[in-house]
Amino acid sequence: MPQTAVADSETGLTLKELARRHGLSAAGKLPSLPEYTRQLWAYRHFIASYANAKVASSLGKTRLGVFWQVLTPLINAAVYYLIFGVILNTKSGVDNFVAYLCTGVFIFGFTQSTVSAGIQAITGNLGLIRALHFPRGSLPLAITMVEVRNTLASLAVLMVIVVGFGEPITLEWLLIVPIFLLQAVFNAGLALAGARLGSKIPDVRNLIPFVMRMWLYLSAVLYPVTRFTDHLSGWKLTLVEANPMLVFIDLMRHALMEDVPLAASPTVMWLEALAWTFVVGLGGYVYFWRGEKGYGRG
Amino acid sequence: MADNMTGSDRRDPTVIVDDAHVVYRIQQSATPGTGSPLASFKRLVTGTKPATMREVHAIKGVSFVAYKGEAVGLIGTNGSGKSTLLRAIAGLLPVERGAIYAAGQPSLLGVSAALMNDLPGERNVVLGCLAMGMSPAEVKSKTKDIIDFSGINERGDFSSLPMRTYSSGMGARLRFAIAAAKQHDVLLIDEALATGDAKFRRRSEQRVRDLRAQAGTVFLVSHSEQSIRDTCERAIWLESGLIRADGPTDDVLKEYEAYVKR
Repeated sequence: MPQTAVADSETGLTLKELARRHGLSAAGKLPSLPEYTRQLWAYRHFIASYANAKVASSLGKTRLGVFWQVLTPLINAAVYYLIFGVILNTKSGVDNFVAYLCTGVFIFGFTQSTVSAGIQAITGNLGLIRALHFPRGSLPLAITMVEVRNTLASLAVLMVIVVGFGEPITLEWLLIVPIFLLQAVFNAGLALAGARLGSKIPDVRNLIPFVMRMWLYLSAVLYPVTRFTDHLSGWKLTLVEANPMLVFIDLMRHALMEDVPLAASPTVMWLEALAWTFVVGLGGYVYFWRGEKGYGRG
Repeated sequence: MADNMTGSDRRDPTVIVDDAHVVYRIQQSATPGTGSPLASFKRLVTGTKPATMREVHAIKGVSFVAYKGEAVGLIGTNGSGKSTLLRAIAGLLPVERGAIYAAGQPSLLGVSAALMNDLPGERNVVLGCLAMGMSPAEVKSKTKDIIDFSGINERGDFSSLPMRTYSSGMGARLRFAIAAAKQHDVLLIDEALATGDAKFRRRSEQRVRDLRAQAGTVFLVSHSEQSIRDTCERAIWLESGLIRADGPTDDVLKEYEAYVKR
């Protein structure tokens, strides 16, 4: 038998005791939640620069480059305007349907793209994860940052569209900022949870498109929210109206537009938005942290 | 025995591997007979383990202690578990049984470490340094040194070109330069020195010696016996996940050569 434990023969210590005496820590030990948060904070520059790099590398090969950040939402809006504004000329009881529709599409798009990118935050970066040590939460957070940046461009486009379709600029527009921040935290929670889920069960990725489409139809993006109040009642209606995306979209519509039908009173919706953000943001963070040491294995 | 090494700081262990076992669980893509939707469904209903799941016992109980200031070479034939052991020490693979203790956070430097291929070398340097936990100011002051050390600019301004345009040697050199820029308590190097030309190899061997002098421990996996001989005074020979020999490089290499020639 080759000499395996050098320390044994000399001091009679077991390897475990030797490690403890010299203050060595076991590899792959989970840091506490405050410690993990501190680590993530220390890596904030990495998160920002990774998000920038991600945007640069995804747009780097196109000819128009960063211009696509503005162009994508513009084309998106143009498609919906063509179908619903020109061809179908939908009104559905909303005065300014195009502005109503675009708000829904852009706000939902923020969450949708964060979720689908978040699912692959771990599985798509295995090379980086296996090579370097950094708190893995940096990756889903960086992906959320990328989407925040993209959505800021969309929001600018959205404001132009909304004003272009005859909405006045009011003080209520200031509410855009807190709504956007709440949604960003909510999305970060989803991205974190999705990242762990996607790394544990790769099959989830195949289900996401259906889940997101279901969510899209349940969030009154393509039709007014009054459709639900007209056809549902009791606990079913309560359930549908508790949908966080419906809440975020309606709040944003309420802030940007005059005279929009809402699912509930603004106060109730603000409380719901706060509750959802807190639960999903914190829940996603804790869920991701629990799996910290398992990422990149296999 | 490894006791004939000298040095006063030798008593400070930096890595302790205590009867470590590593098992890979591999989800294979379908083999004939298991790939039909019906077979998958049957597995789901009966709750049996997927037939496509296989286990590979890569490390079968390894114990050793590495000390401050040591450079340890890991040798062994292909598939003997060298890289797996490094990844376990780095905390990137869980141990099935036993434990691995380390001072600080060991960093693994492998040739396969992927950065962002669509971005220029410079930006990858910044990104890599930030990912190793440097502050932005530190990164700024070190970027030029790293690029100079990697030597990618020897044939014109390559540092501003995307990394996908680099030759494999240039990419590996840049990655080594990034990882070697930081002061590591424990640096794990996987075949990195084998890439690159003779000139770069000399430079990187010098850098490994410097890192060691700054009181770290270096592990080196390489098939080049020369680079093990040049940089390490201790060698561990792994075969089929077990330690065959552990001791001064020359002795272990002699045994190993005899084994390989047989």
